[in-house]
Amino acid sequence: MKNGKLLSGIAEAVRASGLRDGMTVSFHHHLRNGDYVLNMVLEAAAQQGIRDLTVNASSLFDTHLPLLGHIENGVVTGIETDYMSGALGAHISRGALKKPVVFRSHGGRPHDIVRGASPIDVAFIAAPTSDPMGNCTGKTGPSACGSLGYAFADALHAKTVVVVTDNLVPYPLQDWSIDETHVDYVVKVDQIGDPAGIVSGTTKITRDPVGLVMADTAARVIAASGLLKEGFSFQTGAGGASLAAARYLKDIMLREKIRGSFGLGGITGYMVDMLNEGCFETLLDVQCFDLKAVQSIRENPRHREISAMHYASPGARSAVVDSLDVVILGATEIDLDFNVNVHTDSQGRIMGGSGGHSDTAAGAKLAMIIAPLSRARLPIVTEHVTCVSTPGETIDVLVTQKGVAVNPRQKELAQRLRDAGLPVCGIDELKARAEAMTGVPRPIARGDRPVAEVLYRDGSHLDTIYNTL
Amino acid sequence: MHQLVRKSTAGTMESSDVFVELEPAGQIEIEIESVVYAQFGDAIENTVRDVLQKQGVTGARVRLHDRGALECVLRARVETAVRRGREER
Repeated sequence: MKNGKLLSGIAEAVRASGLRDGMTVSFHHHLRNGDYVLNMVLEAAAQQGIRDLTVNASSLFDTHLPLLGHIENGVVTGIETDYMSGALGAHISRGALKKPVVFRSHGGRPHDIVRGASPIDVAFIAAPTSDPMGNCTGKTGPSACGSLGYAFADALHAKTVVVVTDNLVPYPLQDWSIDETHVDYVVKVDQIGDPAGIVSGTTKITRDPVGLVMADTAARVIAASGLLKEGFSFQTGAGGASLAAARYLKDIMLREKIRGSFGLGGITGYMVDMLNEGCFETLLDVQCFDLKAVQSIRENPRHREISAMHYASPGARSAVVDSLDVVILGATEIDLDFNVNVHTDSQGRIMGGSGGHSDTAAGAKLAMIIAPLSRARLPIVTEHVTCVSTPGETIDVLVTQKGVAVNPRQKELAQRLRDAGLPVCGIDELKARAEAMTGVPRPIARGDRPVAEVLYRDGSHLDTIYNTL
Repeated sequence: MHQLVRKSTAGTMESSDVFVELEPAGQIEIEIESVVYAQFGDAIENTVRDVLQKQGVTGARVRLHDRGALECVLRARVETAVRRGREER
């Protein structure tokens, strides 16, 4: 019998993994803002005097602020990620890291890992339940997070794979997601994360009247697009207005007895309701957003876990996004060419990232941006976005509370929406209407030092983010 | 027109609103903290000066905590603060 995979603690695991100066260490973000594992591993690496590490994490949250200390001390000198939340982003934007951050999309990251463009030396995989050989899952355990979709590429392609769990069960774990053939070591720790930060109790629909108008319009656009019929497939975000749009869409689907094919994405309780009420045959889930989604993926065989490759990789023979009808997406800015920014705020500070934005926009037949005309005196539609996160040629329609702008490439769609009585107008008109309320904002000044490079899903260079002043 | 006789406030710290603090002073002094200072700092100061002038206020220390208020909101909040600052208790 092959034995000795089980190690006693993180420090021993870091030693056993062979982690050395200059290596790349990877993490998934299924524990979101409740994650303890990234901080534990880097702390152990720092104590062992390891330096010059590149951290490749599928997303980074404010709970990972200790990263800044490791950057200052030279333990971490590179960051590659798909998303970075605001507090961390503000520091990076001021130039905390010498080497520019590399931003990928949720599809681009596994694509680059699989084809060897972004090699990983050691993957530390937080697993809410594992057996001593490393068969592991996110569906059960005190820190359950549901899907482990973003961890698969790391598990399959890292040179060394360490599973970190706080719920060790006897061999063999029956319902595994990642199996033991990929796992070198298993570590039991007290807690891999804070359950309150891992999943929201409930994700809430907006009650803001502007948000509800946008959501209602969004649902009517989908209904008028010609795509809402038997076999319909759909992804939406967890933002308040996107969820409200899903609810209006559900009403239409139930009323007109339209049975869809699949719901995709980051899955919330609202998508679970749509599955259970017959709007979809299947949910394809790369990440669970709330407790109801976690329970559903554990109990309902029609709610399937998918890997990030299967979700969105442009290098896969096919990915689910290629079969997607409609996606509803957000934006901090959108410009006259329909380019979308989800990386920075309007001050140029990093506060997000692509996630699956550009992947789903490229794949879906109808890629819809839903956003208010202005936020806090700043118009959403700008001359040029501060950062191109998703190219405008993959965006089909912008829905605001005052009107719907259709990408000029989609003439047939524009006609369908007009015929349905929707308020179709030019994107330049929406810009003018916003500026009539807000005034014309003065362009912001930015530094000349690159703090992040944004890669498109195929690995090509999309944009550079410069330091804030 | 009456000058200010006491400290007053108007508005909130909610997004898209502005919290205005006003107190009597020898001349107009304006302090602006705004989430859109880079884009609208000058426009905000001009609006405040315009409202004070229209209200006939020649001496006031104004402190703004702006969360991205539209100009009409800013005007309403400053005007309200001025009226409150004039009222005798």
